[in-house]
Amino acid sequence: MSNDHVIANDAHDHHDDHEHHDTGGDTIFGFWIYIMSDCILFATLFATYAVLSGGFAGGPTPKELFDLNLVAVGTAFLLFSSFTFGMAMLQANQRKMKGMITWLVITLLLGAGFLGLEMYEFWHFSTLGATPQTSGYWSAFYALVATHGLHVFGGIIWMLVLFVHFKRDGFSEDNLVRLSCLSLFWHFLDIIWICVFSVVYLVGVM
Amino acid sequence: MASKATIITDPDPLTGKLTWDSIPVHDPVILPVMICAILGGLFLFALITKMGKWRYLWEEWFTSVDHKKIGIMYVIAAIVMLVRGFADAIMMRTHQALATADSVGAGYLPPEHYDQIFTAHGVIMIFFVAMPLVVGLMNIVVPLQIGARDVAFPFLNSLSFWLFVVGALLVNISLFLGEFAATGWLAYPPLSGIEYSPWVGVDYWLWALQISGIGTLLTGVNFFVTIIRMRAPGMKLMQMPVFTWTSLCANVLIILSFPILTVTITLLTLDRYLGTNFFTNDLGGNQMMYVNLIWAWGHPEVYILILPAFGIFSEVAATFSRKRLFGYTSLVWATAVIMVLAMVVWLHHFFTMGAGSSVNAFFGIATMIIAVPTGVKIFNWLFTMYKGRVEFTASMWWTCSFLFTFTIGGMTGVMLAVPAADFVLHNSLFLIAHFHNVIIGGAVFGYFAGLTYWWPKATGWMLDEKLNKLSCALWTIGFFVAFMPLYILGFNGMTRRLNYYDNPEWTPLLIIAMIGAFIVAAGIAVQFYMGFISFKNRKQNMDVTGDPWNGRTLEWATSSPPPFYNFAKLPKIHDRDEHHYKKEHGLAYEKPEKYSKIHMPSNTWAGFVISAFSLTLGFGFVWHIWWMVIASFVGIVASWIAYSFDRNKDYYVPVDQVEEIESKHLAAVAEHAAKNGK
Repeated sequence: MSNDHVIANDAHDHHDDHEHHDTGGDTIFGFWIYIMSDCILFATLFATYAVLSGGFAGGPTPKELFDLNLVAVGTAFLLFSSFTFGMAMLQANQRKMKGMITWLVITLLLGAGFLGLEMYEFWHFSTLGATPQTSGYWSAFYALVATHGLHVFGGIIWMLVLFVHFKRDGFSEDNLVRLSCLSLFWHFLDIIWICVFSVVYLVGVM
Repeated sequence: MASKATIITDPDPLTGKLTWDSIPVHDPVILPVMICAILGGLFLFALITKMGKWRYLWEEWFTSVDHKKIGIMYVIAAIVMLVRGFADAIMMRTHQALATADSVGAGYLPPEHYDQIFTAHGVIMIFFVAMPLVVGLMNIVVPLQIGARDVAFPFLNSLSFWLFVVGALLVNISLFLGEFAATGWLAYPPLSGIEYSPWVGVDYWLWALQISGIGTLLTGVNFFVTIIRMRAPGMKLMQMPVFTWTSLCANVLIILSFPILTVTITLLTLDRYLGTNFFTNDLGGNQMMYVNLIWAWGHPEVYILILPAFGIFSEVAATFSRKRLFGYTSLVWATAVIMVLAMVVWLHHFFTMGAGSSVNAFFGIATMIIAVPTGVKIFNWLFTMYKGRVEFTASMWWTCSFLFTFTIGGMTGVMLAVPAADFVLHNSLFLIAHFHNVIIGGAVFGYFAGLTYWWPKATGWMLDEKLNKLSCALWTIGFFVAFMPLYILGFNGMTRRLNYYDNPEWTPLLIIAMIGAFIVAAGIAVQFYMGFISFKNRKQNMDVTGDPWNGRTLEWATSSPPPFYNFAKLPKIHDRDEHHYKKEHGLAYEKPEKYSKIHMPSNTWAGFVISAFSLTLGFGFVWHIWWMVIASFVGIVASWIAYSFDRNKDYYVPVDQVEEIESKHLAAVAEHAAKNGK
C-alpha cells in the first residue's frame, strides 16, 4: 500500500546504526491503533444513535427533514476528496512537491465544501425546529454527525500545518510519516461517513 | 456547602460562576484541611526555592521523557492521592460508626458533605491511585523487561502523565473551590443531570475524568505499540515476561474501553452544558443507556487494574520460589481469555435494572466463566511455589496475602454473578465488601508487591523488609476486620452510602469495621515510616549489582537505577527468563566488544505546557469562564503545533559517555562478586 511504500523509500536514508529502530513505522502503526480506538468512539456514538432513534418526543422526525440530494453532494465531495488525497500520495511517492500540494489543496477544498454543506444543513434543520435540545433523537443525530464533522475540521487544520512543514523541510522522513498518518485519518473519516450516510440518512428517510 | 445562594445561574463574563462564596470557609471539616494544604504548599514552594531546585525539577523531571522518571512521578502522585482517598475512607467509617439515628443529623458529616466524600473516595482510589500505580509500574518496568530504551512515543508518555496530574488537581481544587460531585463515583443521571446537581460538583467530576481519561487512552496506545514493536531482537511474544503480557492485555482493554468513557462523559457534559437530551427523564432521553455505557467502560476498567497485578504476582512468585513460572502458556492464555470476557460482562453491574431474565442469564454465566481462567492463575502461582525453595521476602508476603484474600473476594463475586442472588445483594454493603475484597486484596496488594520488588530497580536502594512485612500484616488484618463485618451487614440488609441508619443492631459491626480502617491506617503509617527509614539508611542498602533478588527477567540485567538509555547494547534474547539464562550460562555482565552511540529522545516542555492549558480549560469549563476556555483551547492547539515544529526531538549519546557509565557498573558488579566470594 502507498503508505508503507513511502516509508520504505525513506527508511535507509540517514542511519548506519543497526540498533536505531524504525520510529516512522512505529508512528504509523501507533496511528493505526489510535484509529482503532477512534472506531470505538464512533461505534459508541452509533450505538447511542440507535438507542435514541425513536426518541422524537413528538418533535420533528428525520423523514420530514432530511434532504438526500444535499447529503449526496456532500458525500460526493468527501468521497472524491479521498481520491484526491490518494493522488497527492502518488505525487509524494515521486517526490513531486508541486503536484502533491495541488492535490492536497483540492482535497482541502472538498473537505471544506463538505463542512460548509453540513453547517448549512445544521442551520437549516434548526430553523425547522430540530436543534440538539429538541429531543433525544436530535441530540444523538447532532452528536454523531458533528463529531465526524469536527474530525474533518481537525484534518483540515492538520493539512494546513502540514503545508508549513513541507515548505520548511520538504520530503523529510518526518513529513512523509505525517502525510501518511493524515492520509490514513482522511480515508478513515471517509469510511465513517459511509456508515453515517447509510445508518443515519438512508435509514432516516425510510 | 452549596447553599442556594451560591448557585449562580447567570455567570459573570469575567469570573463565570465563581464568587467568594464558592470557598467553603464555613465548613468546620474543610477549613483546617484547606489551611494545612495552603501552608504545606507554601512551605514546599519556599523549600524548593530556597534550595534552588526549580531548574533541576524542570530539566530533570517535569520535562523528562524518560519512562523510568515518569513512572516514579506516577507512583509519587498515586501515594499522595492514596492519603487523600484514605482520609475519605476513615471519615466514612467513623461517620457510620456514629450515625445511628431516627432521622438525619447523626454522625458528624452533613449529608451533602458525606455524599461528596464517598464519591471522591471512589473516584480518587480508582482513577488517581490505582490507575497511576498500574501505569507507573508499567512505565518503570515494561521497557526494561522487553529490552527497549524507551517507549514508542516518549512525548505522548510525558503528556499522558501530566494530563493525569491535571485530573488529580481538579479533584483536589474542588475541595477548596466549590464542591465535588455528590452522586457516587459513576455519576448516574438523572441525579448527575443539571436539574438535580445544579452546581459545579459534577462538572469537576466530568472534566477531571475526561482529561485524565484522554491521558490514559494515549498511554494505552503508547504501550501497545511499545510492546508489539520494540522488543529486543529475538524476543518472541511467548518469551515476554508475564508482567509485560498482562500489561499488553491491560493496554488492549484501555484502547477498547476508554473511548467509551470519553463519549459517555462527553454526552453527559452536553446534557449539562447545552441542554441536550441523551440521559434526561423526558424528551426521548434514556438514563439506562448511560448505565450501560459507563459500565461498558467500567467493567474492563477493573480488569485494567487487576491484570497487571496478576503479572506482578507471577514475577514475584517465580523469582522467590527460585523456579521457572509454572504453566507460563496457560497463564498467558488465561490472561487473554480474561481480556476478552472482560468486554462482555458489564451488565452484571445492574442485573436489577430490568433487562429481562435471558439477558441477565447470559451476563451471569459470562461472569461466572471468568472465574475459570482466574482459577487457572491461582493454581499457576500455587504450583510455582510448590516444591520451590520459597524465600519469604516482603513481596512474597504480599503475594501470599493476596492469594488468600483474593480467593475469598473471587468467591463472593461468583455469588453476586447469580442474578437471583444479586437481586438481594445489589447495592448492599455485601457488594462493597466484595469489590474492596478484590481491589484491595487483589490489585492493591499486587501494586505493593510490585513496588517492593521493583523499588531497588527504580531508585537504587532497598526498602526495609521488616517494616514492609509489618505493614503487610497490618493491611491484611485491617482489611479483614474492616470488610468482613460489611459482608454480614449486607446480608442483614444494610445498603451502601447511608448517611444514617435507624437500626442500632448494625452499630457494633460498623464500629468493628471502623477499627479495621484504623488498622489499615497503621499499615499505611508503617509504609511511610518504612520509606523514610529506608531512604535515611540507603547508603547501607544500596543495590550495587542491579539484581538484588537474583531475578530472572531482563530488567535485572541492567544497573539500579538503570542508565537513562537502559541497555548499552540491545540484548539478544535466548530464553523466556533471559537474565536467569545468562547467569546460568556465564553470559551475564559481559563487556561487549565495542559500544556504539545511542539514539535517544530529547526532553520536551510540550507535555507539561499542553497539560497546564488543559488544567485552565477544565477549570474554565467547570466555572463557565468562557474566555478562559477559549484561550486555553487555543493554547493547547498552538503548543501542539509549535511542538511539531521543534527540531530538537532526539540526540545521540556519544560512545565515550556510554563506555564510562557501563565500565563503572561492570566494575561495581565485579567488586561485589569478589566481596561475596563468587
